[in-house]
Amino acid sequence: MVPTSAYLILAAVLFSIGVAAFLIKRNLITIFMSIELMLNAVNLTFVAFAHMWPQVSGQIFVFFVMVVAAAEAAVGLAIIIAIFRTRETLNVDSIDLMKS
Amino acid sequence: MPSDYLWLIPLVPFAGFLINGTIGRRFPRALVSAVALLCTAIPAILVAWLWITMKAPGAPEILQIVSQPWIQITGLTINFAFTVDHLTLIMLGVVTGVGFLIHIYSVGYMAHEEGYWRFFAYLNLFMFFMLVLVLADSFLLLFVGWEGVGLASYLLVGFYFQKDSAANAGKKAFLFNRVGDFGFLLAMFLIVREFGSLDFSHVFNAISVNPEWHGGVLTAIALLLVLGATGKSAQIPLYVWLPDAMEGPTPVSALIHAATMVTAGIYMVARCHTLFDRSPYALAVVAIIGAATAILAASIGMVQHDIKRVLAYSTVSQLGYMFLACGVGAYTAGIFHLLTHAFFKALLFLSAGSVIHALSGEQDMRKMGGLRKRIPITFWTMTMGVFAISGIPPWAGFFSKDEILYQAFAAGSLGKFVWLIGLVTAGMTSFYMFRLWFKTFFGPEHFDEQVDLHDHGAAVHAHSGGHAVMVADPEEDHAPHHAHGVHESPAIMTLPLAILALLSVIGGWVGVPAAMFGHNEIEHFLEPVFSTGATEAVTASANQGLVLGLAAASLLVVALGFYIAYVFYYKKPRSAAALAAKAPALYRLVENKFYIDQIYTAVIVTPLLMFTRLILGGLIDGGIISGSGVAAGATASGLGALVRKVQSGNIRSYAGWLALGAAAVLVVMVFGRAIWPH
Repeated sequence: MVPTSAYLILAAVLFSIGVAAFLIKRNLITIFMSIELMLNAVNLTFVAFAHMWPQVSGQIFVFFVMVVAAAEAAVGLAIIIAIFRTRETLNVDSIDLMKS
Repeated sequence: MPSDYLWLIPLVPFAGFLINGTIGRRFPRALVSAVALLCTAIPAILVAWLWITMKAPGAPEILQIVSQPWIQITGLTINFAFTVDHLTLIMLGVVTGVGFLIHIYSVGYMAHEEGYWRFFAYLNLFMFFMLVLVLADSFLLLFVGWEGVGLASYLLVGFYFQKDSAANAGKKAFLFNRVGDFGFLLAMFLIVREFGSLDFSHVFNAISVNPEWHGGVLTAIALLLVLGATGKSAQIPLYVWLPDAMEGPTPVSALIHAATMVTAGIYMVARCHTLFDRSPYALAVVAIIGAATAILAASIGMVQHDIKRVLAYSTVSQLGYMFLACGVGAYTAGIFHLLTHAFFKALLFLSAGSVIHALSGEQDMRKMGGLRKRIPITFWTMTMGVFAISGIPPWAGFFSKDEILYQAFAAGSLGKFVWLIGLVTAGMTSFYMFRLWFKTFFGPEHFDEQVDLHDHGAAVHAHSGGHAVMVADPEEDHAPHHAHGVHESPAIMTLPLAILALLSVIGGWVGVPAAMFGHNEIEHFLEPVFSTGATEAVTASANQGLVLGLAAASLLVVALGFYIAYVFYYKKPRSAAALAAKAPALYRLVENKFYIDQIYTAVIVTPLLMFTRLILGGLIDGGIISGSGVAAGATASGLGALVRKVQSGNIRSYAGWLALGAAAVLVVMVFGRAIWPH
C-alpha cells in the first residue's frame, strides 16, 4: 500500500512546479496551464486525505474545484484570445497595463 | 438726581462713535459733525448739571452708581461702578469742556480732509474711554478706560495711515504705552493679592485703617503704578512716543496729547494718593522723574524747529511739573496745574493748528515769521496761551506753576532740589515759548506765498498724505480766501480759540493763594479728596513772605527767559545761530534730543529684532517648528517612494511576493512548531 505521504510529496512537487512555471514563464497560455497544474496538485491532496480518513467530503471538494477550474478555463481562454486579438502578443512582460 | 444719568456721560459719546463709525461714511459732513458735536455736548451739559448739584451746600461729596457684578470669582467681585467726587468732577469738566471746544474746532480744521467721519468717530470713541477712565470706581475699570484711550490715541495718531511716519508713530505710541501698561497690570495683580479687591474705596479704606502700613509691598505697588503713569503721561523713561505722536491731526494733539489723555497718569497718581502717601520712596521717585522730565524736555524744546514738536516737548515738560507736584505730596497743586495746562496747552495747539492751516500745512518755524498782521485773531489767542504757559501773572499758568514751586520748596531737602530744577525749567519754558512766538509772528516773512496757490482745498494741512480728492463742502464760507494764500481761520475755529484764550487768562484765578489775597478755591474744593493723606499740605501755615519771594524769583527767571528769546529771535536774529555755532557738539546733542531715540533703538529695538529674527524667526520658527513639519512630510513621502516600488503593476512580481509569503508562512508553520513547541 502506497503511504499517504507519497501522494502528498507528489502533490507538493506538482504544486511547486506549477508555482515555478507561473513565476518564470512568459507565455500567457503556459502560465494558465501552470495554474491548472497547481489546482490539480491541491486536488490530489484532497483525494489523498479523503482516502486516509475514510471520508467522502474531500472527494466532493475535488468535484467543486474541477467545476470552478472548468469555468475559469473557459473565461480565461476567452480573455487570452481577446488579448491576443488586440495586442498580437501573449508575452506577459508586454501586457503590464496595470501600471498606470 | 444726576447720578441716575451718570452712566449716560460715557455712553452718549459711545453712541456717537457707533453711529459715525458704522454708517457715518454715507452721511453728509454736516450730519457727521452734528452727531459728533451733539454726543459731546450732552455729556458736557450733564457734567455741568452734576457740578451745580455737587457744589450746592449739603450736597454729598461722593456720588456712586454700582451695576450688577461684572466679574465674580471666589474672593473677588468687581462691579461696573462709577463714582464722582470732586477730583473726578474737575477731570470731567476738563474732558467734556475742552473736548467739546476741540470738537467744534475740528469741524473747521478737518473740513477738507478725507475720512471726516472716521475722524469724528475716533474722537467720540476717545471721549467714551476717557470718561470711563475718570469715572471708574475700580482699578480694573480705570484700566479699561486707560487701554481704550491708548487705542483711540493709536487710531488718531495714525489717522493719515497712508503715510509711513504717521503709521509708525501710532505704533510707537502704542508700544511705549504697552510697557507702562505692563507695570499697571502687575500693580493690579499685587493689589488683588494684598487686598482681595480692586475697588478704590475698599483698597484705600484698608490702607487708611491700618496706619502702621508703610513701604514694603505698598512701595512695590506704587512703583509699578508709576511705571504705568510714565507710559501714559509721557515721562522718563517712556516719554519718546509723545513728540512722534504729533503726526496726528492737530486737534488730536490738542485733545489727547496735551489736555486729557496724557494727564491720566497724573490723575491716577492723585487718585491713589492714599497709597503713595505711605511710600515716601515711591513719592521721591515720582518727584525725581517729574523734575528730570521737566528739565530734559524743556531743553530739547528750546532747539526744535517744528512748531508742534516744540509744543509736544513743552507738554512733556509740563507733565513733568505735575508729576513733580504729586511727588512732593502737593496733589492739589498737580491737579490745579493739570486744569490750567489743559486750557492753555489746548489753546496753544489749536492756535498752532490755525497757523498751520493758514500756511497750508507748513510746520517749520524757520519758514514762518511776521504772521502777526496776517492772522491777527490767531496771534492774539496764541499770545494768551504763551503768556499763560510762561507764567506771567495774572495768566492761569502763573498761579498753578507757582503753587507747585512753592509746595516743592516747602517739602524738605529733596523738595528744594526739585524746586531749583522747576525754577530753571520755568525760565527755559519762558524762553522756548517766546522763541516760538517771535519766530512765528514777528520778524521778516519766510513763508512762500506760492506754496498754497495750488492744491489748497485738497487735504493739505498737517501733511495729510497722498489723497487729494476734493470734496465739495456746502458750508465752505472761507473758500474764497484760499486763493489769497495766508488767511485767517474761519469763525468755527477761532471761536473755540477765543473761549480757551479767556479760560487761559482767568482759569488760574480759582487757585490764587491766600498770600496773594485770594481764596484758593480749588484747594478747598479738593480738600475732601486729598485731606485723608498723611502729608498735610503746608498752605495752612503759609508764610506770606515766602510765597511772594518765591513768586518774585520765578517771575525773574521767566523775565530772563523772555529777554533772551527777545534778543535772540527779535532784536538780533543772527545771534542765536552764532551761539549755536560756538558749541556745535552741545547744540547737535540737544537738537537730536540727546540721541535718546537712537539709544533706545540700539539698546532695545535692535537686539530685540535680532533676537526675534535669528532666534525666534530663524531657529525656533524656521528650524524647529517649520523644520519638524518638513521632516514629517519628507519621512512620509520617502517611505511612500520606497513602498511604491512594490506596486510595480507587474502581475508576476505580485505572484512572486505572494509565493514568497506563502513559503514564509509554510516555513513558520513547519519549523516554528519545532522551535516553539506548545
